[in-house]
Amino acid sequence: MSSLQRIVIVGASLAGLRAAETLRAEGFEGSITVVGDEPHLPYDRPPLSKQVLRGEWDAERVALPAARNEALDLTWEVGVAATGLDQAARTVALADGRQLPYDGLVIASGAAPRHLPGTEHLDRVHALRTIDDALAVRRRLEAGVGRVLVVGAGFIGAVVAASCREAGVEVTMVEPLPAPLARVLGPEMGGVVADLHRDHGVDLRVETGVEAVVEGPEPGSPLHVTLTDEQVVEADVVVVGIGVIPNTGWLHSCGLLIEDGVLCDATTLAAPGIVACGDVARWPNTLFDEVMRVEHWEHALDMGAHAARRLLAGDGPGEPFTPVPFFWSDQYDRKIQLAGRVRPTDQIEVVAGSIADRRFCALYGREGRVVGALTMNMPAKVIRYRRQISEGLRWDDALAAAAEPPAPPAR
Amino acid sequence: MRVVVDFDLCESNAVCMGIAPEVFEVRDDDFLYVLQEEPDESLRSKVEEAASRCPKQAITIEG
Repeated sequence: MSSLQRIVIVGASLAGLRAAETLRAEGFEGSITVVGDEPHLPYDRPPLSKQVLRGEWDAERVALPAARNEALDLTWEVGVAATGLDQAARTVALADGRQLPYDGLVIASGAAPRHLPGTEHLDRVHALRTIDDALAVRRRLEAGVGRVLVVGAGFIGAVVAASCREAGVEVTMVEPLPAPLARVLGPEMGGVVADLHRDHGVDLRVETGVEAVVEGPEPGSPLHVTLTDEQVVEADVVVVGIGVIPNTGWLHSCGLLIEDGVLCDATTLAAPGIVACGDVARWPNTLFDEVMRVEHWEHALDMGAHAARRLLAGDGPGEPFTPVPFFWSDQYDRKIQLAGRVRPTDQIEVVAGSIADRRFCALYGREGRVVGALTMNMPAKVIRYRRQISEGLRWDDALAAAAEPPAPPAR
Repeated sequence: MRVVVDFDLCESNAVCMGIAPEVFEVRDDDFLYVLQEEPDESLRSKVEEAASRCPKQAITIEG
C-alpha cells in the first residue's frame, strides 16, 4: 500500500461516506477525517422529497447507518465548511480558521441548488436539497396550504409535485422545456410523464418559466407568481427545483481544473493524491465516450468507492471508472428507471409493455448502439439491459431479441 | 449465511438482482423473490454488496 497516513474527505455525504467505508474495507489504517458543512452526519436524500415531505418519516430515519459505525474510526468535522485547498502545503482550510493536513484528499463536496433570481428574501420560496429544507417545506404543508407552486419539472420538482398531490395539496408545476424530465428523457418520454402528472391533477404549465414572485397584498395571503407567458399563479409555498451547481467555490484558485465540477481523469484522479466523486466530479466515462457529471444516488456510492480505491493505488495507473449511469424516480404508483446516458436526439423504441398502460420498457439508440433503457414499472428489464449496455449491446441485436417470444424459465 | 429482505421496505428497484442474480430476482410481477435464502458462502461478497447498495436498505444478512 502507499505511504498515505492521513486522508481527508470533504463531503459528509453518501459519496464521502462510501469512500470512507471503502478505504477501511481496503485495509487503510491511517486517520480519516470527514468534513461537512451541514450540522448533520451523512444522511440519505431520496426520502426527503417523499416520506419526509409527506410527514411519514421523522428526520432521524434518513440517517445512514454506516455513519454511526464506530468500527470505521472516522473523525467528523460537521457543521464547518471547507473554505480552501492548498495543494503545495497539502492542507484543507476550514471556515473556523483551522487547517487540516492531508496525504490523500477525497473531494465529495456535492452541489447546491440553483436559486430563483429575485426570490432570496421570500421565506415561502424553498429549495429542496437538505434535511432542513425538507422539514421546512413539510412544516408549511402541515400548517395547511391551498396551493404549492413547483418551479422546474426535473427529478426534484416532479417528485415533490407527486408527494404534494398524494397529500391532497393542489399543485401547479412550471417547466421551461416542453415536458417534465425532458432534459434527461427527451421530449417524447417526457410527454408520458406529463400525462402522468396531469392525470393526478397537477396543473402543469410547460414551456414557461417564472418571471417574478411577489408577496400578496396582505400578510399571509398567497404569493403572486408571474410566469414568462404573463399568466399569474397564486401559491402559498413555492418549491424550486431548477438544478444544482457543483460546490467548487472552496477550490477557487487551488490549481485544480474546475469546469462545471472538478475535472478528473478517467480513473477519478484530479491531481496527485486527490480524487473526486459524486455530484461534484466530472470525468471522462470511456464507455460512453463522454465527459460527464452524474447526480444520481447510486453514482455517489459507486464513484465514492472507486475514488477511494484510486487514492489507495497512489502512483499506479488506476482503473478507469466506466459505469452505466442509473437512476430511479418514484412518482405516484409509478417507478421510472433509466440505465444509460441518453440524449434528446436518440432514436427510441418501446420493446415491452405499452405506454398506454404506463408499464413499459423503451430503448434509446445512437450510432448502432443501445445507450439507454427506460422503464416504467418494469424494474427487472432495466437491470438486465443495464448489464447488456455495459457490454456494448447493439441496437439491431436488442430489437431482434426483444421481438422474440420470451424464453421459458431457466429452472 | 441467511438473507432476509424486509418487504415493507423493498421497492423492487432490482439493484440487488443486478449484483447477485443467483440470489435475487425481480419477476415480471415487479416483486422481488429471494431464490436462495441460505446461499453458499462463495456468494457472500456479492450478497453483501447487494445489501449495501440497496437503495432502501431492505436487505440484511444473518450469520
